[in-house]
Amino acid sequence: MAEEITLSVFRGDRSGGREQEYKIPAMTGMVVLDALHYIQAHQAPDLAVRWNCKAAHCGSCSAEINGSAKLLCKTRVDDYENEVIHVRPMHTFPVIKDLVTDVSWNYEKLRQIPAFQPAINAPFTLQQRDVDRLQEFRRCIECFLCQNICHVLRDHDAKDAYWGPRMMIRISELQMHPLDTADRLDLLKGAAGIGYCNITKCCTVVCPQGINITENGIIPMKESVADKYFDPLGGLVRKMHK
Amino acid sequence: MAQPAQAVHGGKTGSAWWVEPYLTVLALGLFGLYSIWLVFFQHTGQFHNYLSPFFSPTQSWGIKVLPALWVLWVPLLFRATCYYYRKEIYRGFFHDPMACGIPESRRKFYFGETRFPFIWTNLHRWFWYLALVVLVFLWIDAIRAFIFPNGFGVGLGSIIMLVNVVLLTLYSLSCHAFRHLVGGGSTRFSCADGSPTTRYKLWRTVSDLNQRHGLFAWISMFSVWFTDVYIRMLIYGVIHPVRFF
Ligand code: SF4
Ligand code: SF4
Ligand code: FES
Ligand code: FES
Repeated sequence: MAEEITLSVFRGDRSGGREQEYKIPAMTGMVVLDALHYIQAHQAPDLAVRWNCKAAHCGSCSAEINGSAKLLCKTRVDDYENEVIHVRPMHTFPVIKDLVTDVSWNYEKLRQIPAFQPAINAPFTLQQRDVDRLQEFRRCIECFLCQNICHVLRDHDAKDAYWGPRMMIRISELQMHPLDTADRLDLLKGAAGIGYCNITKCCTVVCPQGINITENGIIPMKESVADKYFDPLGGLVRKMHK
Repeated sequence: MAQPAQAVHGGKTGSAWWVEPYLTVLALGLFGLYSIWLVFFQHTGQFHNYLSPFFSPTQSWGIKVLPALWVLWVPLLFRATCYYYRKEIYRGFFHDPMACGIPESRRKFYFGETRFPFIWTNLHRWFWYLALVVLVFLWIDAIRAFIFPNGFGVGLGSIIMLVNVVLLTLYSLSCHAFRHLVGGGSTRFSCADGSPTTRYKLWRTVSDLNQRHGLFAWISMFSVWFTDVYIRMLIYGVIHPVRFF
């Protein structure tokens, strides 16, 4: 491994900014977050970066490394041997400072999803196979990298029309629960805007938790919407077999 | 948009993110052109007991259309509304997006699948039903390809047609709409005694197939193409039929 690594880190805020270069000594097993901490400790104490766990668990350290949406704490610097490592904040959300973005819009949308409404009160016993699908979605660490890469939000800035992949799997998780009684299909087709997703799969590609957002979440929800709005007969038959 | 500037690279520096969308355009474009050529310039796909999948079924029950067009619209719309092809088409033809993180030029007027024409993709299941009917005919054709004037036999064409229909079956049965239909739409996978429901077992099987749906999509498209090319070359006498026994 090279003795020295070069990072080009975005420095700025809402009004603008630019990338600034830092050269730091390479250390074995170093991740990009370590490199940023080194810069903070030795060269730029005012560099802003959000992090908590350094174990790919809290979802705080999302950023863009050489153009790819990644967790800073899960990306090793030796993946970029002999390259300058460009580190930028997530593009889709407003920058607060340097690498820290304001992701509060996501929490607002999460609050607007009707909560779990069980048919019977807890505690209840369920078979594992009935909750396997839900548990895949429960792995979400809310890093919002999927929201960041989704072209509907990123390029078309359609946050008023589409709530993004994270919200789609949250809704999927509730809709697929065997005991849930709420119906979120009107929401999905309406305000949450599932039709804006064109299943181009970038969300699935970037998800650090390996959640199959499109195949297991969005497509089944698109099909459920089709049951209700585009196939009334088939939907009725399925309802009887539920 | 509050972030001052868009990142310039789509993936790791130097990654060839543009290869896939261009290959898609090339493959689907050529397949489309080939289909158009068949529709307008070819009137048969029959060579003795071999029948090109583009021309099956031959019976038109009195409906007068160009022979290839009679059925072609079904698989074409089936594929055009397929979740997998949609991804490839939006990426390759519409650059929506071309690859993950690649900036798009058109920022406004994006409606996804909420309006005409792409709202029609919601009808995918209907084309799946129709495609299944066509598939039944293709299985009959594949069986006929083993029946020669002197009885049962195996020719290169019989094998090609059989492989083709198997691949088409795998493509159709790994469909997302079918996955939803057999069990995905249900929220209960266990019987009262805790044992798995039949729908669960079906859903598991289709889910396993579904993981390879993209692969089946490509190879079944090429096998349809290849089957027609083979039979067409026999029709034109460019090659001679091979009989194994
Ligand atoms: S598949 Fe849909 S939700 Fe995921 S990134 Fe693409 S458009 Fe966005
Ligand atoms: S689905 Fe994956 S990418 Fe999206 S917020 Fe959750 S963990 Fe992050
Ligand atoms: S610091 Fe917690 S996910 Fe990176
Ligand atoms: S999703 Fe591809 S054929 Fe149905």
